[in-house]
Amino acid sequence: MSIASVFDIAVVALILAIGASTILVRTAFAAVVMFAVYGLLLSIAWVRLHAVDVALTEAAIGGGMTGLLLLGAVARSRSDDVDRVRVGYPVRLAAGGLCALVVAGLAIVVLHPPAAVPTLAPVVMENLPPSGLGNPVAGVLFVFRALDTLLEKVVVLLALLGVWSLAPDRAWGGTPGLQVYAKPDPPLIFLAQLLPPVGIVFGIYMCWVGAKDPGGAFQGGTVLAAMWLLVIVAGLQKAPAISRLWLRGLLIAGPMLFLAIGLAGWVFADAFLAYPEGYAKPLIVAVEATLTLSIAVALAMLAAGPPERAQQQ
Amino acid sequence: MNAATLFGLCGAALVGIGLYGLITNPEPLRKILAFNLLGSGVFLLFGMIARRAAAAGLGGDPVPQAMVITAIVVAFAATAMAIALVQRLADETGRASISSDSSDAVDGEGKS
Repeated sequence: MSIASVFDIAVVALILAIGASTILVRTAFAAVVMFAVYGLLLSIAWVRLHAVDVALTEAAIGGGMTGLLLLGAVARSRSDDVDRVRVGYPVRLAAGGLCALVVAGLAIVVLHPPAAVPTLAPVVMENLPPSGLGNPVAGVLFVFRALDTLLEKVVVLLALLGVWSLAPDRAWGGTPGLQVYAKPDPPLIFLAQLLPPVGIVFGIYMCWVGAKDPGGAFQGGTVLAAMWLLVIVAGLQKAPAISRLWLRGLLIAGPMLFLAIGLAGWVFADAFLAYPEGYAKPLIVAVEATLTLSIAVALAMLAAGPPERAQQQ
Repeated sequence: MNAATLFGLCGAALVGIGLYGLITNPEPLRKILAFNLLGSGVFLLFGMIARRAAAAGLGGDPVPQAMVITAIVVAFAATAMAIALVQRLADETGRASISSDSSDAVDGEGKS
């Protein structure tokens, strides 16, 4: 047995143990901490599956951003008696049996792959050079399946609208309540002064390098969002009121540019979301740069939650 | 057993673990966590499919990989929406659980 397969087995064992503990631990706080660790372990699994782009996304969004969001939710929920509410043993036994059946069914599918594995990799590599991109995943996201990526941005905006619309009437247009986190103490403030310069450069680099190597708008935008939230949580800057025009402008700038270029494709190329010959890469980089800003603002606002205080005049 | 199959089985087990948590835990926040676990199991199955379809000098099929990136972002957006809904529900009703079956619950919920 090679070192690599021993490592793989150890990673899988850790993922399953930490994953099960997010379900089994008694307090919601412990479960959320476990979930953040789980996200980071999962990104190691993605590296082992040769999907570095996915690993970056999982570490940034699946572990980091979701962990932050859930920690905020735990801090806001005031109930302490939740872990006393338990489902009875017959239900648990039945659920366990059902889940074992589901796992067995999936395992059979996993262990019996089709004789000829379908793959689109050769087609992707064949059609990638005209776009000027070097990263096949970026090629799929921004050239071959650009409609998916555009609609995904719309989904994120719709989710943000949904979150905002859950605000009480008096708080509409106000600022999100991020002060549920710990009171800013000197180490946190120091960290919030030290990290953002590095983080902002890193986020922009990730977006820029995404055309050629693993990285991209999603991952870079998430890093920028994390830096912004860190500064807000540390109290160095106030969270913006959701009625601010610049905030809303930034939110829609990326999807609007993407949509405009997509519509222009009808005129200058032959289809919606098609890029004119020779201009593919500059257009994609422009879309990615704008999208990075929009994603950063949207993810940060999603993690911040609905507005809780009315805007101070 | 190669790495792809191993992580595929890991994904299958995670789907089961997530489903169990989704069914048995009456607390909404824990249900959301369990649903995320279930989702990441499905993503790992996609990773297995992508790895097995490695060709043309790539380590995996980039199409399923790109789909998983999109899925992770959408799952985050859906989680944020679900948490906002749960918090509004808690603010309105003061209840921390959505269990309606009080005979199964050890603690009396009907007091509220």
